[in-house]
Amino acid sequence: MSQPEVLNQEFTLGYTYTRSTGPVVGRFLTALKNRSIVGIKASDGRVIVPPMEYDPDTAEELSEFVEVGQEGEIVSFAWVKEPREAHPMDKPFAWAMVKLDGADVPMIHCVAADREDSLATGARVKAVWAEETVGFITDIRCFELV
Amino acid sequence: MSEEQDMITDIEVPINLKYNFTAGAAATRFLTQVKKGVLTGQRCPECAQVYIPPRGSCPACGCATEEEVELADKATVQSFTIVSIPIPNNPIQPPYIIANLVADGANISFLHLISECVNEDVHIGQRVQAEWKPEEEWTHAMDNIRYFKPIDEPTVPVDMIGKLPVTGLEG
Repeated sequence: MSQPEVLNQEFTLGYTYTRSTGPVVGRFLTALKNRSIVGIKASDGRVIVPPMEYDPDTAEELSEFVEVGQEGEIVSFAWVKEPREAHPMDKPFAWAMVKLDGADVPMIHCVAADREDSLATGARVKAVWAEETVGFITDIRCFELV
Repeated sequence: MSEEQDMITDIEVPINLKYNFTAGAAATRFLTQVKKGVLTGQRCPECAQVYIPPRGSCPACGCATEEEVELADKATVQSFTIVSIPIPNNPIQPPYIIANLVADGANISFLHLISECVNEDVHIGQRVQAEWKPEEEWTHAMDNIRYFKPIDEPTVPVDMIGKLPVTGLEG
């Protein structure tokens, strides 16, 4: 029995999800659309960005939104040498934990930089907005060094 | 507009997973035969079960399966679902029937559609036969068979499903 060449085919498995944001994440995204960044105040006074719906310690519902700064500092980062198709940038960039001014916890986003060694923990970065904002996390196109 | 109306309440987050599917030796043999309009299974040398589509080994015994068995394009309904809710991006319009079918000569079912039928009359043990696309449209795919349609043969008793020879209940 002759063995034919093994068959091979590319295919894409796709799911069309629409996700409800709820009032808290919805508020965060709505703020992004208006080019501002909001967090929420936890029971111990910490400002959490993006806002959480429930307190991480007491599980109480949270509701006190706080606008935070559009600049902050890199807490940690990972350099992506070879971006993949799904990545937000088509040239090398960093995934970083960025602690925004006025926030007490860092949030993850991408940082544009020419070279890995131009980045460091503690480096100051600022948000770069997309030309058109729609109410999605990509409204912040990236952060870049101040 | 008020802030309430401007509020973001939901987001579109489609997920697309890109695969490069490699059929492997057994499935390649199977699909090469399907391209010729032939359904083939593989028989386990240990337990004699015939699998379609063949995977190159018996899931029950773990033995390698090599012996090929040409199966009929007639089958028996083992179970079925009438789908009434449309699925995004699925070109098939409900209501339609998706069924586990056991080809004559095989012991294990495969999934395919049943059509050209009264949906409410479809039943377990019903005899069906492949409705093939025109030969010039055949590719390495099970949708060379557009669907299975009922044929005028007696219902197979439940305990006989998956135990018919290639020649079927009456053969």
